[in-house]
Amino acid sequence: MPSQGYLPPGPPTPDAARPSRSRQSSGDVLFRLGTGACALVVLILIVAIFAELIWGSRFAMREFGWRFLINEDWNPVRSIYGAASVIYGTLVSTAIAMILAVPVGLITALFLVELAPPRLSRVVSTGVELLAAIPSIIYGMWGLFVFAPWLANYVQPGLQGTLGFLPFFQGPTTGLGMLTAGIILAIMILPFITAVSRDVFRMIPPALKESAFGMGATTWEVTRKVTIRYGFKGVIGATLLGLGRAIGETMAVTFVIGNRYQIKASLLEAGATITSSLANEFSEAVGNELFQSVLIELGLILFVITFGIQAIAQLWLKRVSRSMGGGA
Amino acid sequence: MRPRPQTGRKLADLAVKVLSGVFAAVALLLLGWILYTVLQRGAAALNWAFFTELPPPPFMEGGGLANAIVGTLVITALATLIGVPLGLMTGIYLAEFGSHSWIAGPVRFVVNVLMGAPSIIIGVFVYGLIVLRFGFSGYAGAVALAILMLPVVARTSEDMLALVPNTLRESALALGAPRWRVTFGVVFRAAKAGLITGVILAVARISGETAPLLFTAVNSPFWPDSLGEPTPNLTVTIFQYAMSPYTNWQELAWGASLLITAFVLFMMLAARFVLRTRSI
Repeated sequence: MPSQGYLPPGPPTPDAARPSRSRQSSGDVLFRLGTGACALVVLILIVAIFAELIWGSRFAMREFGWRFLINEDWNPVRSIYGAASVIYGTLVSTAIAMILAVPVGLITALFLVELAPPRLSRVVSTGVELLAAIPSIIYGMWGLFVFAPWLANYVQPGLQGTLGFLPFFQGPTTGLGMLTAGIILAIMILPFITAVSRDVFRMIPPALKESAFGMGATTWEVTRKVTIRYGFKGVIGATLLGLGRAIGETMAVTFVIGNRYQIKASLLEAGATITSSLANEFSEAVGNELFQSVLIELGLILFVITFGIQAIAQLWLKRVSRSMGGGA
Repeated sequence: MRPRPQTGRKLADLAVKVLSGVFAAVALLLLGWILYTVLQRGAAALNWAFFTELPPPPFMEGGGLANAIVGTLVITALATLIGVPLGLMTGIYLAEFGSHSWIAGPVRFVVNVLMGAPSIIIGVFVYGLIVLRFGFSGYAGAVALAILMLPVVARTSEDMLALVPNTLRESALALGAPRWRVTFGVVFRAAKAGLITGVILAVARISGETAPLLFTAVNSPFWPDSLGEPTPNLTVTIFQYAMSPYTNWQELAWGASLLITAFVLFMMLAARFVLRTRSI
């Protein structure tokens, strides 16, 4: 966020203001310990989350072992559970979302930074921020009652008519399924990718772009050869953060994916993701120790994946912002 | 030297310009479509009874979600009471003592990771931690939401406190003020608008959350007598009513959707407004 003061913000260096230990009053010792304890709570929290998820999934781990990850069967009646179908659903819906959202988000960010007049850029920026603020469950409502029927009536028949020979587009055109979930996920992470790439593109030194323009390059050439190349690493970080969001997104997906535990090539078929199965099945699992444990293990798998993505994204962005000399 | 051909380059340039405009327009169009749907269907469901009465049985017209409105307000308030002080103190630690401490780096890392952690995981965590021992309760829901607020408040308050110029800290210390008074009396005052913005954004983030409440606070068709039992709330109500086959319930879900959306967007705009009037 920009500072509007007469003093430049600069890097935080409170050390200069820190009195030597000998002059610290007892109030200050308490102050430091108190705030430090709260910071410590954050560290304890992440350890506790991991511990709780691992402990909670012990029955499922004992029962199914590693086969849990590759077993496709999901049959609560016979107490057979495998995570393969929901992992597949998570990966496919996320992949659709990324394929759609990354290019569109990047080009929208270019529009905001390079092409649009400042006033229009502000309007679109605000719109994108509002899109990001709309809660997931509202996307779910809109997806289920408005967007899915619209897809079923106007888009999917045409899709099947032209690309129906591909296995991806065969099957029912109900509007609910993997493709719809992927598109809605794309809409949800689009503002995120747009905003982060916009900030990355803004960090590019104007002199670089101006010299390219001075050589007679068109806007697109400057964008492609200077802006994107210079901001490429930052954009990868943005993509990683968007990926983490898409994988963990719950409510909107639960509304529109159809909730069937199956692996089908067709994107029009219903499916299930890790998050949708958690949201749907938890109430069914009350009192059933193994089923609960299976769901908690699904949570653990999801957390390990998102933690990994977040960790890589954090380290990556830290490195990039150091090399670009600013905070991305 | 022969001049490079111009038409191809100019066409490509034009094509990209048009395409980027189209994509930006699509983003705005989607926003408009969603907001219009929520407004149109939600406004039809909102009336006096919606705010004052209990949910009706299936197929019975009338009734409202008064209990869920109260429940959501109470759970959100409690979550704010837990999450904001914790987040604020963490932010203070990172900004004021961070460069001298070995835990600041890991804490900052974990705050960022928690900010991106799926909210449903926090729900599962609180389920294992609290619900399995004490049963479903509004308290569990509030704890889950507080955990979601914590990183947002910590991160924004650290950023905002770091923006306060050090000369302010130094002059207060030079007057002999102890460190805690410098922070609460001087630095806080300078960063007030930014800190408030962080809290507002955190409240906006949790007020639309559903996943962490699904197996903590759950839901209930009755008035919330205490937070020690399943507590009615708007977002889980939306989920359950939307998935039900009863049209009157679906209408109520739209009403609740409008309420939630309006509240979240209002908070967003409020945060922008506060930030614009800030002093530093």
